[in-house]
Amino acid sequence: MVTRSAVLLVLGRVLVKAFLLALAVVVIYPLLWMLLNGVKSNSELFSNPFALPVAWKWDNYVTAWNRGVGDYLTTSVLVTVASTIATVFISAWAAYGLTRVNIPFNRVVLVLILGGLMLAPTVALIPLVKMFQSLGLYNNLWALLILYTAFRVPFTTFLIRAYMMDLPTEVDEAASVDGASKARAFWQVILPMCKPILVSTVLLNILFTWNEYLFAMVFTSGGALQTLPVGLTNLMSKHGTDYPVVFAGMAIAAIPVIVLFFAGQRYFIRGLADGVGK
Amino acid sequence: MTVSDTAWKPAAPPTAPFSAKPPTNPAAKFARGRWRNAVWVLPAVLLLAVFAYLPLVQNLGFSFLKWDIYSGRQTFVGADNYVRMFNDPIFWKSLLNNTLYAVISIAFQVFGAMILAAMIEGLRSQRWRGILRAVYFVPSAISLTVAGLLFYFIYEPEMGILNAALDSMGLGNFTQAWLGQENTAIFAIIAMSQWQGFGYCTLLFSVALQRIPSELYEAASIDGVGPFQRFFAISLPLVREMTGLMMIVTVSGAFQVFNEVMVMTSGGPNNSSQVLGTWLYRSGFVRNDFGYAAAVATAVFVITLVLAVIQLRISKKRRVQW
Repeated sequence: MVTRSAVLLVLGRVLVKAFLLALAVVVIYPLLWMLLNGVKSNSELFSNPFALPVAWKWDNYVTAWNRGVGDYLTTSVLVTVASTIATVFISAWAAYGLTRVNIPFNRVVLVLILGGLMLAPTVALIPLVKMFQSLGLYNNLWALLILYTAFRVPFTTFLIRAYMMDLPTEVDEAASVDGASKARAFWQVILPMCKPILVSTVLLNILFTWNEYLFAMVFTSGGALQTLPVGLTNLMSKHGTDYPVVFAGMAIAAIPVIVLFFAGQRYFIRGLADGVGK
Repeated sequence: MTVSDTAWKPAAPPTAPFSAKPPTNPAAKFARGRWRNAVWVLPAVLLLAVFAYLPLVQNLGFSFLKWDIYSGRQTFVGADNYVRMFNDPIFWKSLLNNTLYAVISIAFQVFGAMILAAMIEGLRSQRWRGILRAVYFVPSAISLTVAGLLFYFIYEPEMGILNAALDSMGLGNFTQAWLGQENTAIFAIIAMSQWQGFGYCTLLFSVALQRIPSELYEAASIDGVGPFQRFFAISLPLVREMTGLMMIVTVSGAFQVFNEVMVMTSGGPNNSSQVLGTWLYRSGFVRNDFGYAAAVATAVFVITLVLAVIQLRISKKRRVQW
């Protein structure tokens, strides 16, 4: 006999599934709309926003690329690669120093580095502008490289340090019996063992740098020096009426990180979860 | 993003290399080695000291100046910038908008995401759980700039899909220029931000729920406890710590909002969607009032500092054990 509660349970399951699927549509549809608008003509965009493109104008992507998106992408790749490498190495050294080396003022250094987690970039913005102007690094990619690294080191050190603390100390002892110096133990024993968390931090730093807007907008003003997020807003204000080209530019900016997320999902989730929960 | 106190432990003293001769003066040698060891943390410490902590202190100093960045002239004006700030209706409007941002984000991105995560983890198909978690996260992977521009177009009255969708559902009365009106602009931006960020929170809650041992749910099931009671009696209490941390992270983020407002409205129309970040930017870089901008930055600093201290308190508390 089918009881009332069993019916309710089945009904509940169906409703939950329907809700979850509807939400997935709400999430995906705007992104799909963006991709489709990137291959439409301007008049199609206004005539029926829900329609599929009549003729797929892939040359919108070429136009976007030639109107600066190519340069912005190059800059973004350059800044992202350089600052990610710098951040991860500097953080891994600091994490090693904090967990496995006898350093002076260990506790103070720990508080100083991890305290950086609390600092909002907006608070430092005005003095940083003055500082980089007097250093002659205003409107220079070095400004972005330095700032991204400085503001990402605390979180990255936090993640790598937590991971290194879980590595058994026997590893170091074995290395020092072998006569390995601290530096060699770091490069040849500890760093390779940290590979999973290093992959997580690399991915999270790529995501951050690729998408950062405030520093990129304030510290660069010249066309070729701009990263994708700032470049896109320029594309919009300069060629504001040619919307499909703007959509194509947005897709060019979005697709690499979406692909990266799906490719490295496991590592992303680990990094994000450790970052909040640990 | 927390500093866990219990996790800290002192580094083991360096063990002397197996074959090394004993040093003549062990204490001195030990101390020298210790200072040399500082090179491991030196790059990180220098970077943070110069580019994060120094500006923080400088900012406080600048907030007492009247400062024209183009002429470079600086005059000490005492607390004048703060007096002006507290008398500035746009400052209060910005603070209110940040608060709205925080409250709405707590509702959707903390509690909404928690319920959503419980729904996902309750699904029997592991494949679908993975797919939904990933799909919901996609907007968090794209930049706020792309998401902001995308919703700028979605809200756009002539080509946007929001008004078109309302029209097709017979709700034509509700169509409007969402970002062009003072009473809807900030809500339209906040709505975009929920779309962009809820998947990130859902993912984190899913991870927290997965860490709850399944025996607890199985035992409850055998005892005939329904899904609602299971959620309130098991899931909710056991992810309480995560909930607290997510609230702080969300609120802290809500007071640092900048990107999406800048891209979608620049704080307009008529400053109605201004937030502290954009008002700081506009004061400094558009109105050339750097001292005032520094005062607004100090306000942001105080708010985020208080939240960080609360966050530290929560993460120091003992964890639920099972």
